[in-house]
Amino acid sequence: MAIDPIEAKLRPPALPITPYPAKMITLANGEIMVVREAKREEVGVLLGTVYPLIGVPADYYDIVAARMYEELLGWYRYRTANEFVLVGAIDGVIAGIVTSRSVSPKLGMSLHTLTIKRGLRVGAQLFAAKMEDHIEFQGADEVWIVAESPNGWRRWMIEYELEDRSHLYPDVRHELGGVPTFALTRKLWDAVKASKCTGVRPVPPAILATASKLKMPNEYPQIPGFKR
Amino acid sequence: MSARIGIVGVGHTRFGNSSEYDLADVMAYAATDALIDAGILEKRREVDQVIVGNMASGLFCNQTSVASSLVSRMDMEPVPAELVENGPASGASAVKVGYMAIASGMADVALVVGGEIMRKVSGWRATDVVATMLHTEAEYAMGLTLPSFGGMFARLYMERYGCTERDLALIAVKDHANGALNKYAHVQTPCTIEAIADSATAHVVNNYVAEPLRIYSTCPVTDGAAALVLANMDSPKAKLFKQKPVRIAGVASATDTHCVHNRRDPLYLDAVRIAGEKAYAMAGVGPKDISFAELHDAFVILELAISEELGLFERGKAYLAVREGATAINGRLPINPSGGLKAKGHPVGATGVSQIVELARQLRGEVEPGRQVKDPKYGMAVNFGGFGNNVVATICAKD
Repeated sequence: MAIDPIEAKLRPPALPITPYPAKMITLANGEIMVVREAKREEVGVLLGTVYPLIGVPADYYDIVAARMYEELLGWYRYRTANEFVLVGAIDGVIAGIVTSRSVSPKLGMSLHTLTIKRGLRVGAQLFAAKMEDHIEFQGADEVWIVAESPNGWRRWMIEYELEDRSHLYPDVRHELGGVPTFALTRKLWDAVKASKCTGVRPVPPAILATASKLKMPNEYPQIPGFKR
Repeated sequence: MSARIGIVGVGHTRFGNSSEYDLADVMAYAATDALIDAGILEKRREVDQVIVGNMASGLFCNQTSVASSLVSRMDMEPVPAELVENGPASGASAVKVGYMAIASGMADVALVVGGEIMRKVSGWRATDVVATMLHTEAEYAMGLTLPSFGGMFARLYMERYGCTERDLALIAVKDHANGALNKYAHVQTPCTIEAIADSATAHVVNNYVAEPLRIYSTCPVTDGAAALVLANMDSPKAKLFKQKPVRIAGVASATDTHCVHNRRDPLYLDAVRIAGEKAYAMAGVGPKDISFAELHDAFVILELAISEELGLFERGKAYLAVREGATAINGRLPINPSGGLKAKGHPVGATGVSQIVELARQLRGEVEPGRQVKDPKYGMAVNFGGFGNNVVATICAKD
């Protein structure tokens, strides 16, 4: 399809993105979550999933949801370079979404992790999948990470024992800005991946087929009484 | 002990994350619930004594004198109020002190409230605060925490008796099944043995906290409060109450060495055994009379060890009873029908009161369908302070 010349100038240069093979994880309650790449044509259901959380200040859901909404649009409309989106789906219903991008072949820039289904470590699994994608599939040597919520801080900075790069500011600064930059190096990843990252591949075709039809959640634990 | 002392009102908050609320307000919610249940909210100054169980609000919330705060929140001045602190057994100790106040004749009606807000601080800080009850030089200064003690205890138990990590997971599955039905439980999500023990992804989904204990072997960090109205059923005030009382048939406590390494055997929880024996003697019953039990499973291994010390199962055999389903809600001796500390949660100062609220609700026959013990006569609770160095056992009866 022909692209308008000005539009072509506005689009960022793109690095090749290595496909992320889908995997499945049996959550503690027995439900199976498929973690897979989101497809561009699924942006509508992703935006519709994120949107209600923009009004939830608790645990910084509002900031994370608003920023992720922008990141999804930027990915869909070619305004963010080298972005990828992973989604966790249970019976096709979106349980969580992560966004990230490659700055260069060796540096990943973790954007956001949004957990909709709570209490089953969905966010922890999706964050681990994002790091797996960067280091194991995109070939990054390190990923820069920030946290906006205390929960994020506990999950990533402390549990992963990330390297604090904040003393190198402004030479090292995460694109989201405003908060200290931490890094997951390949060495750190190799030390923690066995205990943090899991998943069974390949996903059986029937389960993958269910996960291929994403559905917006009808319930949000963050929004009591939510009705779509 | 000639007075007949009964529970005539129970109150409970939904356990979970209440960190945005003030501790005294959370306790007031449970206390109000209990006074309404007893039918004396409007006559709350008929309460002769308020007793609060709390472990560490000074460290968790930078807030002290919570018994005084509670009375003021409740508009109950000038009712006397005192605080009882006995680590994670503060709640049951507060109930015991309430019992003693009535038995001594100093009070006819006591309001006992247990509460804790732990989630104003990080999980790591909460673990550190709880660890301050260990011996300062011999344990805490060496980096020991309660989960690390739980891990070592579990490892020794497993090596000595043949219990496996899968057996521990079976306890979690049972507790979560009960907690999923408990409207007050922190965690209301069931878990499956496939997911947390058998599947290829279980090692990460159910990751280690303090090997061999995993996330699903360990209680969550929880906020909440529970309350009881206790009364002398032979006093003139007995006619104030709308509830038929659940009798406190036995209550006793015992201590053990502060340092675990000074015990005759690290797996022997003598304070549990002695407190249990005293409670049985006071109630005039034995292990075979107990219909169900609420046991302090901050780590699921403790459910096994405590049940053995109480004589409910032979030493080293409790895990076999779990395998057989004997401790499930429809088993021959249901344990932790509330979900236990594992699923209901463990706001340290509240737990002991919460356990006895559960005894009363079960004996009244009013818990949620699916987790009601069939025709219970006696319920027993054990609240475990320190790493077993100050333990309270309570037996309640349906008369």
